[in-house]
Formats: sequence, structure tokens, C-alpha cells
Amino acid sequence: MRLTEIPQEELYQGSLGCSGCGSTLAVRLTLKALGRRAIFVVPAACISTVSCYFPQTPFRVPMLVMAFAATGAAISGMSAALKRQGKSDITVVGFAGDGGTVDIGLQSLSCALEGGRKFIYICYDNEAYMNTGVQRSGATPYGATTATTPGRHFEDKPKKDMMRIVAAHDIPYAATACVSYPQDYIDKVQRAAAIDGPTYIHVLCPCPPGWGYPTERTIEIGRMAVECGLWSLTELRDGRFVPTHTPRRRRDPSQYYAAQARFREFRSGQG
Amino acid sequence: MGERKFLHANAAIAHGVRLARVPVVAAYPITPQTSIVEKIASFLAEGEMEAEYIKVESEHSALAACLGASAVGSRAFTATSSQGLEFMHEMLAYVSGGRYPLVLAAVNRSVALPWSIWGDQQDSIQQRDTGWIQLYLETAQEALDTTLQAYRIAEDHRVLTPVMLCVDGFLLSHTEEIVEVPDQAAVDAFLPPLDLPFKLDVDYPATQGMGAFGQQYARWRAEQQQAMGRARGVIGEVDAAFGVAFGRSYGGLVEAYRMEGAELALVAMGGIVGTAREVVDEMRAEGRPVGLMKVRAYRPLPRAEIRAALNGLRAVAVVDRDCSFGYEGALCTDLKAALHGLASPPAVYGFIAGLGGSDVPPEMLRDIIERAAAGEASKDEGEFVGI
Repeated sequence: MRLTEIPQEELYQGSLGCSGCGSTLAVRLTLKALGRRAIFVVPAACISTVSCYFPQTPFRVPMLVMAFAATGAAISGMSAALKRQGKSDITVVGFAGDGGTVDIGLQSLSCALEGGRKFIYICYDNEAYMNTGVQRSGATPYGATTATTPGRHFEDKPKKDMMRIVAAHDIPYAATACVSYPQDYIDKVQRAAAIDGPTYIHVLCPCPPGWGYPTERTIEIGRMAVECGLWSLTELRDGRFVPTHTPRRRRDPSQYYAAQARFREFRSGQG
Repeated sequence: MGERKFLHANAAIAHGVRLARVPVVAAYPITPQTSIVEKIASFLAEGEMEAEYIKVESEHSALAACLGASAVGSRAFTATSSQGLEFMHEMLAYVSGGRYPLVLAAVNRSVALPWSIWGDQQDSIQQRDTGWIQLYLETAQEALDTTLQAYRIAEDHRVLTPVMLCVDGFLLSHTEEIVEVPDQAAVDAFLPPLDLPFKLDVDYPATQGMGAFGQQYARWRAEQQQAMGRARGVIGEVDAAFGVAFGRSYGGLVEAYRMEGAELALVAMGGIVGTAREVVDEMRAEGRPVGLMKVRAYRPLPRAEIRAALNGLRAVAVVDRDCSFGYEGALCTDLKAALHGLASPPAVYGFIAGLGGSDVPPEMLRDIIERAAAGEASKDEGEFVGI
């Protein structure tokens, strides 16, 4: 989608999200891609925490808050019911954080992916349990300090490769994205919505308080992740991941690490 | 006119689900529930039923999938037992708190450890406070009929609370009896299509599953409690309406059996009520003033009906197929509380029997009644019998 074609209409507005939040930006972009004929299902996550307190909601599409472990099941049930009702033009979106996807929600997601029903599952990945105070998840990258991997005892395992797990389910569409590349992301959401089957998008969402950088640098930090090769923008095609964007210049990853407080101890350990 | 078939309660429930035109079924296998969803799968395979069957990877997901279907305005069904019901625990509260009118068949089985596939009611009793209506059933016919009643109760706008059908594992789930399977047209006349006051609709966007704090949260819970209160009336109404339509009804919340002039009563829930009827008949034939109260609705607890039925009796023996460890059987405690403050309350004796599928033969129930009549049992703690 061209930049000028991105709809002006806001379907997610007025959340309690932190200043510079990459995750709420992902919701806005998703709804710009899908418009009003979408239903969101969000488990326990930053997005439900900053969105849904009675009687206010920033969502202008129907939205359901779901138990932490059950996003995949809920969107399967919803998709099945809508199919029986003959409502094939509604896009059911499961929108879960990295903990809700790669950890507690993995079992339910796996079953949903094999079940073959039509939905988009979006993992908005801010690389830790952020709304509970920055505890590590399976998606936390090597070297990151969190509340449960404190100081010098930073995360010492690599980030879980969720895309390989998803790819193993042989679903019709999967992609990685980053909120710093909105056109690329919107295109992928629209491609997923056009498919009559389970689709998965993993979108990297920088988090100022969790990652430790000034709030105005969210887009820049996301771009750095891609430019230094620690994250890539890809689509799964015929069982292989194909890049949808190749950075014109490659950055030294040390610049990415240097820009975030969460890597301070890791950096000092590197001398 | 329906068709008479030889069915166990699991097959009877599957027929109920088919006749209720449930469009979404999600379930995970567990003994002794499994033959319900196997039967539904065969209905679907044979084209006798049209529905989406979601083969989930866990009971937690089964109920979550049903919730998702209900949120967009579809009827849904699941069934489970024992460990599966325990694994659903989180979702049970989500469903009742969200006021989704689902129906779940809990085919009662003991819980681990020690693990056992055999029957008792510990699994559903443990879910007492999750906000579900719980109906304990006695026969396969009642299981079929109550499946149809359950949707009408749950979906009543005065109630909007999910219903758990509690059916004794093996005792009912695997023993066959003659069951009249009603006609589809008669069921359609009794059970209208689901009409939810609120559902997720892209033309009228709204959020469900909101956060609420403090007073708002408490108000929400108070509304659940009020709905449970209204459910007492609705359960009775629906059972009576079923009686008019099909010629069978089950006493609504409780059934008092041979309580005229009774001085002693046995109180029980579920399949052992059938055995208890025989014992009471036998003792009545001997001229003993013994009656029976079947508690059909455990939640909401029919306090007024219990008080009316047991007021003035000399002694009551309660049989629980469960134990609230550190106290006594759960039904016994509730019964004592319900009777509190009566002018002449009966002495209440609690007995815990039939755990892990152990047999509760007529002579055991007779012995329980005799012990209560003689005041020999403990009034303070549940007594394990048959061990």
C-alpha cells in the first residue's frame, strides 16, 4: 500500500499505552489495513491492559478479551461460528503478545494453526512480559536484562524461533514484520486477510520502558533491529522465508545494543 | 411423538445436542465423557447434524472455543470429565463472568491423585463456585431432556448463565436404558433459536471481557448472583414447560419422593437417587416413615424448597460423592446452612460414599438411613462409609 493510500480513519484511539508504544501502533496499523469488518481477540497482554477498562474502550471494532492461554482456541471457535452464520467477509484477528504466543498460548495456537480455520493470528512482540513489569519471555533476546534476568544475569538463551514453529504447521501464510515499516506490515495484514485459512504475522514492536530508550526513538530502534540483521522482514513462501525488504545499508549490531539500556550489562561484558 | 431407543446417558446427551441444533461443538477426549463427542462426530459424519466440530488440543481450549462462538452469537457445546474439568477451571469463570449461555456436560469422574477413571462427583463439586448452574441428573432420559432444558434456561435473558449437566460417569454414561428421543419439530417449538442481547457485531462494535475494578467489579458480581437467584424460578418454569410439551418433568430444582408423613429422609444427587428410590420404597413397604429428596439443582441451591421439604423431620441423612477435605461433604454443609434457623430442624448426618466408583448398593443406603435414625453417626464431620 502506498503511503498516501493508508486510511486516515482511526479505529483504535485513546488507549492508556505508554508514550512511544510500538504495540499500540501495531493495533492502529492492523485496523488501518482491515477496516471495520474485523473482530479482535486479545488475551492478557499489554494491549488488553491499556485498552479495556469498563466503560471505556479505544477499539472501534468488536473486541473480546480472552484468557491468557486461549487466543488460538477462541479465534477458532469464533471463526467456526461466523462460518455457520455465513459471515465470510469478517476477519477474525487474534492479537497476542510474545508471552501469550511463544509461551503460555503456544499449545492453543498450534492447534488453531493445524485446525485450518480462517483467521489472522498476530503476535506483537515486545520481547518480554511488559505490563507485569518486564519479566523475560521465550521471545526475550540473548543479552537482555529483565526483572527476572537482572543485571549481569541477563538472558543467556537465544530468542525462541517462533517462525520455524509456525512454518512447521504448513499454513498458507506467515510473515514477520516490524511497526517501523508500516507499509510492509499493512501489506502483510491485507495479504493474510485475503486467505481462507489460518495465517500468522509476527510483528516486532519496540517498547521504550522495557527496552530502555527515549520514547521518540521507537521507529528508529525498530529500523535499527532490521538494519543490523537482528530482525528481518520476510514472508513464508512454499516453505521458505523470503525477504520482503532488504536494508540498503547494514548497521553494526553494537549500535543497536548501545541504544538500549536493557543490553547495558551485556555490552559491558563484551568489553 | 418421539422415537424410543436404547441409549446410555452419553448418547442421550448427544441426541439432545443434535436436537438443540447446536452449530459449534468443541471437545477433547477423556473417559468417561468421550462417547458423547464420538456420537456427535458420527451424527456429523452421517449428515444427521450440521455443525462445526472443533477438535481442540485441550479442555481449556475447548471451552475457550465455545466462548468465542458464543461471543458472536452462536450456541455451543462441550463435554468433559475429571482432570479435563479441572483443566477448564479458568475458562469456567470466564464463561460465567462473561454471561455466555453455554452448556457443558460434566460426566462425573474422580480426580487424581490417586488417579481413577471411575465415578464420583468430586470434579464438578470442585467447580461449585465458578458461577455455573449445576444440575445433577438421575437417568439417561433426564440427561437428554435436561440438555434441551439447559439451553432454554441458560439463554433466558433473566438468566444468561451457563449450565453444567452433571452426569454420573459409568453409572449413567455407560448403562443403557430405554429413552424417548423427541421429534425435531417438538424440540424446535420448545427451544427457540439463540437470541443474545449482546454479541460481537461489526455493525455495532463493542468490547467484551472488560476490566472492572472495585465497586464496578463488585456490581458485576452482584448481577451474576441476582441472575442465579432468578434462575431458581426459570429452572422450575422450564421444567414445567417441558412437562407440558413432552409429558416428562423432574421437579424443577428438587424432587421430594414419598415425603408425605416422613420422619426420616435421605438426600442425594445424581445416579444414586435411583437406588435410593428402591430403598425408600422397600422401607415404606415395611411401614417405616422414610422419604427421599433429590437435589437436582445444586447451584443455585434451592434453599426454600429444601427447608420446606425437610422442616419438622427428625433426621436427615445426606450422601455426598465428594469431600471438602477438612470438613465434610459439600452437599451436607450446604444443607445444614439451608436448614439453619428452622423452628424444628432435623438432625443432619453426613455420609461420604461412592468415591472412585466404589459401589453404593441398596443395603449401604439402608444402613445410612438406619444410622441416622438411631442418631449413631457424627453430626459434625462427614463419615466415610464402605471403606
